[in-house]
Amino acid sequence: MNHRPQPIIGQSLTRLEDPPLVRGKGRFAADVNFPHQLHMRVVRSPVAHGRLRGVNVEAALQLKGVVAVWTAQDVADLSPIDYREGRIEKLEPYRQPVLARDFVRYVGEPVAVVFAVDAYVAEDGADLVELDIETLQPITDAEQAVGEFAPGLSTEAAIVTQGFGDVEGAFASAHAVVSLDLQVGRHSGVPLETRGAIGRYDAARDVLELHGAAKVPHKNRESLARMLGRTTTTLHLYEYHVGGGFGIRGEIYPEDILVLVAALRLERPVKWIEDRREHMMCANQSRHQRHYVSAAVDREGRLLAIKNEFFHDQGAYPRTHALRIAETTCGILPGPYHVGAYSALGHYRLTNKTPCATYRAPGRYETNFVRERLLDAIAHKLGISRVDVRRVNLIKKEEMPYERPLSVLEDDVSYDSGDYEGLLDKSLQAIGWDELQASLKERRANGEIVGAGLALFIEKSGLGPTDGAHVNVDTNGVVEVITGGASVGQGFETVIGQVCADILGADYRKVRVVHGQTDRIEFGIGAHASRATVMTANAVAAAAAKVRAKALDMASELLQTPAADLEIEKGVIFRRDAPSGPTITLGAVANALRPMAKTRGPREPGLCSDGWFDSEHQVYPYGNQLAVVKIDPRSGAVTVERYLIAYDVGRAINPMLVRGQILGGFAQGLGGALYEEFLYDDNGEPLSVTFADYLMPTMAEVPPVEVLLCEDAPSPRNPLGIKGAGESGIAPVGAAIASAVEDALQSYGVVRQLPLTPQRIKAILDGFKS
Amino acid sequence: MKPAPFTLHRPSDVAEAAQLLTRFADDEVRILAGGQSLVPMMAFRLARPGHLIDINGLGELAQITQSDGAIEIGALVRHNDIASAEIEGATGALLKKVMPNIAHHPIRARGTICGSLAHADPSSEWCLSAATLDAVLLARSATGKREIAARDWFTGAMSTSLQADELLTGVRLPVLPEGTRFGFQEFSRRKGDFAICAALVVFEIHYGVIEEARIGIGGAEDHPRRIAEGEAVLKGQRPSAELFARAGAAVAAALDPMEDHSTKAAYRRDLACDLVEGALQEAAR
Ligand SMILES: Cc1cc2nc3c(=O)[nH]c(=O)nc-3n(C[C@H](O)[C@H](O)[C@H](O)COP(=O)(O)OP(=O)(O)OC[C@H]3O[C@@H](n4cnc5c(N)ncnc54)[C@H](O)[C@@H]3O)c2cc1C
Repeated sequence: MNHRPQPIIGQSLTRLEDPPLVRGKGRFAADVNFPHQLHMRVVRSPVAHGRLRGVNVEAALQLKGVVAVWTAQDVADLSPIDYREGRIEKLEPYRQPVLARDFVRYVGEPVAVVFAVDAYVAEDGADLVELDIETLQPITDAEQAVGEFAPGLSTEAAIVTQGFGDVEGAFASAHAVVSLDLQVGRHSGVPLETRGAIGRYDAARDVLELHGAAKVPHKNRESLARMLGRTTTTLHLYEYHVGGGFGIRGEIYPEDILVLVAALRLERPVKWIEDRREHMMCANQSRHQRHYVSAAVDREGRLLAIKNEFFHDQGAYPRTHALRIAETTCGILPGPYHVGAYSALGHYRLTNKTPCATYRAPGRYETNFVRERLLDAIAHKLGISRVDVRRVNLIKKEEMPYERPLSVLEDDVSYDSGDYEGLLDKSLQAIGWDELQASLKERRANGEIVGAGLALFIEKSGLGPTDGAHVNVDTNGVVEVITGGASVGQGFETVIGQVCADILGADYRKVRVVHGQTDRIEFGIGAHASRATVMTANAVAAAAAKVRAKALDMASELLQTPAADLEIEKGVIFRRDAPSGPTITLGAVANALRPMAKTRGPREPGLCSDGWFDSEHQVYPYGNQLAVVKIDPRSGAVTVERYLIAYDVGRAINPMLVRGQILGGFAQGLGGALYEEFLYDDNGEPLSVTFADYLMPTMAEVPPVEVLLCEDAPSPRNPLGIKGAGESGIAPVGAAIASAVEDALQSYGVVRQLPLTPQRIKAILDGFKS
Repeated sequence: MKPAPFTLHRPSDVAEAAQLLTRFADDEVRILAGGQSLVPMMAFRLARPGHLIDINGLGELAQITQSDGAIEIGALVRHNDIASAEIEGATGALLKKVMPNIAHHPIRARGTICGSLAHADPSSEWCLSAATLDAVLLARSATGKREIAARDWFTGAMSTSLQADELLTGVRLPVLPEGTRFGFQEFSRRKGDFAICAALVVFEIHYGVIEEARIGIGGAEDHPRRIAEGEAVLKGQRPSAELFARAGAAVAAALDPMEDHSTKAAYRRDLACDLVEGALQEAAR
């Protein structure tokens, strides 16, 4: 009887990273301290648009404990903040300076910085800095007439377009045309841990260090090295625990550069921890788009063409991601459906509001809403069911891989695998869709305002092209996996640990996963775009397979058994046909492979290996979400009564973590659908700068969610069959809830704007009365 | 979000607290009670008191006493204390019903009833209760004591008739007779948020008709108050759905609701109408 090890991939194991976190021993950016450190406080623009005539720092400098105060003049030699992917010629002049120069363009823009002996004195000092600003007319709406960003530079910084086919022809010959005007509100990821950056210069080693990194430490090292004129070998980034990333944390912001420059110039470590109010005014916001969208359809509701013109409210400056959201918006809008012809035209507009960038499911939260609203409207117009209109358009399993002449993240769209209709059937059955319709109808007849909605979506994940990892087993059998990945709380260590332990045969609890440390590995892709598991785990699998082969080769000699007859489980090597026979541990094998060990023979020293994974295209998981809502006629408030999320993740390394990603994402999606919105007044003054004004859903508002996790369509594009999970929970929530709300209202084309606040719904209800 | 510098005082009795208030009256002096409103304002530097007088050590203010048909709640009684307090008459039940609508448990464990009254947020449930029940606020300064009727207490949003040298030592509420009916309803976007509008109604039923009707509205105007126009509709009438709807409409018509960027006046007015109607139905049940 041959013994086969228990698989580790696919098990809902408890997380490797939790022991310090649940014991209060975690280390977040604010926990990082160095002797003699200074504290930095940023003086921010109080007006949305103005000409900066002068900054008076005299009084601040007089304050005891203030060490230095800088304005734009002090950092005139620094380049503005670069784009993550390098130079983008057309957008060069729009980059944000580290400290405002000549103009201020949003409330909260850094204008000066105070360095002091503690955070209190730094804030007292910042209070004393006087700004002389001539107020200018702000642009607060991306659709208003374009203005000047700077002399000669339009606030329409770019126009993005994509498309294919004969759109006009399709519209001319269509059976029907449906047009909608749709808006997604400005909201964002608001992590519990605010941003933080600690700069330190170690003159003894000539190394400049940035502590408190997140998301993309390696990419950021390249950008920062370029901006600061240093080599990457003398600039290192260190990631600690991260209290939520969501895309907005870990990008390069002015403060990251300032602490580094200050550490160099002031020759003391410099610490900056963002406060909540700053976070709500200065960290990247997102999502703010208005779409004018039309569809041309045939008699059965087939999408002959879609026209998608949209205004992207970018805020005051492009941020490090440059045009990515607007481009993704163009490329991904058609989703899981056939579309005969398509044109997208996006106006990338700068306004005098907080700059925007990527937030979990960028471009998809928006387009899922837009596309699924369109399908509901088509169903209504043609008098067919909302399910049927989707069915008739869905891309079929047999058509995979399905290519479309569009691109997302500079990658040609090519859906790898999926059975969209199969999953739709499963979820309709799971929620009991037909019976649900009947019971809702009855409740509506009794005066309740209730309805159900659905949204189908595809996700994109695993952006390549390449990632690598290094796996090393020490002589105690402890496995260290060194990655250039990043952990933003998603369970990165667990997933990597499981893959490594499974492939290598190691004890999962003896795997240590390194991430976010640029001095441990030369390259890394970090954690964004739901790529960490797809890319890094496959690289780790490659490295672990090589280590396994090396361990078996060495053990075969030590145990005098052909390698093919050996198995490894929990770090112990044994004969497959005689598990209780002679064994040897991975630690002992590592010992036998030490440089001085005679046993090593001609083998390279060490039980370790690098591994690489290259991907040609992204992978496309898919799913659907179904919502049941009830509306309070008095206030217009929406309550979600039931919610189902069906998702095909290809292969779940740890189903519990996938569920966690889905549920957490859902809660954020619910925020954008019903609660969260960064509002500004006509002067560009931000109105949502506290948690009393920016409403995040809490335990009381988030309903229980049913999750139907499927693995029917593993990706053929990587050996493990993995697709990403990080953004699946959030991406279609606005779409599904809007669909349910409109069903509850039994009136069509009325739900056009997220979030669906009580007042917006009350206005619709009042409209029925009059 | 670090407060500006201040000096902290910890008096050992009420008299000392009152003296400190007089001494620093010209220097932005503030009482620190539960700190649930004041400390965030200081963190935002919206409040920059030069001197803080922490009354948390004054055990004499932590009492609820009852005598002669009145209940006196001292300045250190916390929101959550109401849950376990034995308070006479319908007043006790009313306060217990209102209390859980305030914020969240940790905030209720620190925040005080008198702190809410002194802070005078337009949406405060205790301010609404005080206005509806015609509470009497008990002030004390180095020179003497003063009693202030609830209707004279509120002078605008977050502003009261308490003088800079005065300490609010407690609040006196009437004991409502057993059998008094009451209803409370509010609407907030999320559980624990300040209400966008709240209605508290109280009445007795004698021989089938409504007497002693009180209707208070909070959150809609810059301070909570009783709405006589709504009360008049109820007086001497038999309870009915139709009557309650009329009372709601009368209240709504009598209000002059606040309007801000996120909430329209008309929305508050409509809510008031529905909340009054709902609270009356609840009370009649
Ligand atoms: C997230 C959050 C949600 C909240 N939601 C609600 C809500 O839904 N409803 C609600 O009513 N409240 C709410 N609050 C406020 C809370 O109830 C506060 O506890 C209350 O407003 C103030 O009480 P305090 O004891 O904390 O006063 P403090 O914060 O200590 O003081 C508040 C003000 O009153 C003054 N003051 C306090 N006591 C006295 C006194 N004895 N004499 C003179 N002046 C005094 C202080 O000087 C200060 O100006 C919320 C607070 C938070 C943080």
